[in-house]
Amino acid sequence: MDHLATLAREGLRTEHPEFAPGDTIKVMVRVREGEKVRLQAFEGVCVGLKGGGISETFTVRKVSAGVGVERIFPLHSPTIDSISVVRRGRVRRAKLYYLRALSGKAARIREKRER
Amino acid sequence: MSTGLIGRKLGMTRVFTDEGAAIPVTVIEAGPCRVVQVREDQVQLGFGAKRPVRASKAEIGHAARAGIDAAPRVIRTFALGETTPEAGATLTVEIFQAGDLVKVTGRSKGKGFQGMVHRYGRGGGPGSHGNTRHRRTGSIGPGTNPSRVLKGKKMPGHMGDVRHTEMGLKVVRVDSERNLIFVRGAVPGAKNAIVTIAKQNGRSRYA
Repeated sequence: MDHLATLAREGLRTEHPEFAPGDTIKVMVRVREGEKVRLQAFEGVCVGLKGGGISETFTVRKVSAGVGVERIFPLHSPTIDSISVVRRGRVRRAKLYYLRALSGKAARIREKRER
Repeated sequence: MSTGLIGRKLGMTRVFTDEGAAIPVTVIEAGPCRVVQVREDQVQLGFGAKRPVRASKAEIGHAARAGIDAAPRVIRTFALGETTPEAGATLTVEIFQAGDLVKVTGRSKGKGFQGMVHRYGRGGGPGSHGNTRHRRTGSIGPGTNPSRVLKGKKMPGHMGDVRHTEMGLKVVRVDSERNLIFVRGAVPGAKNAIVTIAKQNGRSRYA
């Protein structure tokens, strides 16, 4: 029945590793400068996943020079070269927006223990 | 050849360009359409098939003259292109190419009885400060002279469920294997609604 969902599945990028909110991830972004294409890393905590299918996006938060920076990436965008998981975090929420109000030691996330 | 096709709106999704820009697209399952009749400067196309019990003898006979077994579910006429197809020929999405400018006609979703704010985008009154004309119409014209309301005055009423043509849409992708056309932007009608796509000249609705 859902013809459209099957169709959209073709554009999906399945090579990305699985990650969840709370994980520290490193996103390699393709940046175009004139003719050259260069890779730029954006490393931070994934504070949430949003949407589904080809429209799925994820938000990465990092603190750069004392300023909180959040960047939203479309998960299936061709501008993303690769995603790697640096650290798995243990959190109890799907959206970690409360991190915005916290800084320093309070903004730490416990590491997930493999059982 | 015909300058258009009949299809079914499947819904919206997005397509990424190589640069990473996300283009919102409507996916339309168009054709294959059989040519039912060729006139001087028009072609009549048929889409789908009616069950014999559902079709009138006239419909079946009209289709049979073009050598088509079943009466089409939808029949629409389009302007003739450069070449003239024969009656009974099958047209597919291949008459379109990525980059073509098209207009899509369909019946918009019905919105029911709507007020001025939704139907015509009137501003509405203030929400507070003693005001009571929140979303009401307000004045509908002058007084004693002319002592009547001008014809065509915009007022609340039924909105939507009318034929609408969305112009200047660009074809993003054509999938001839599955008879699909990806058109940039929104198209009138609900999912599974019948729409017609026709080539046009002029300028794109979107940059």
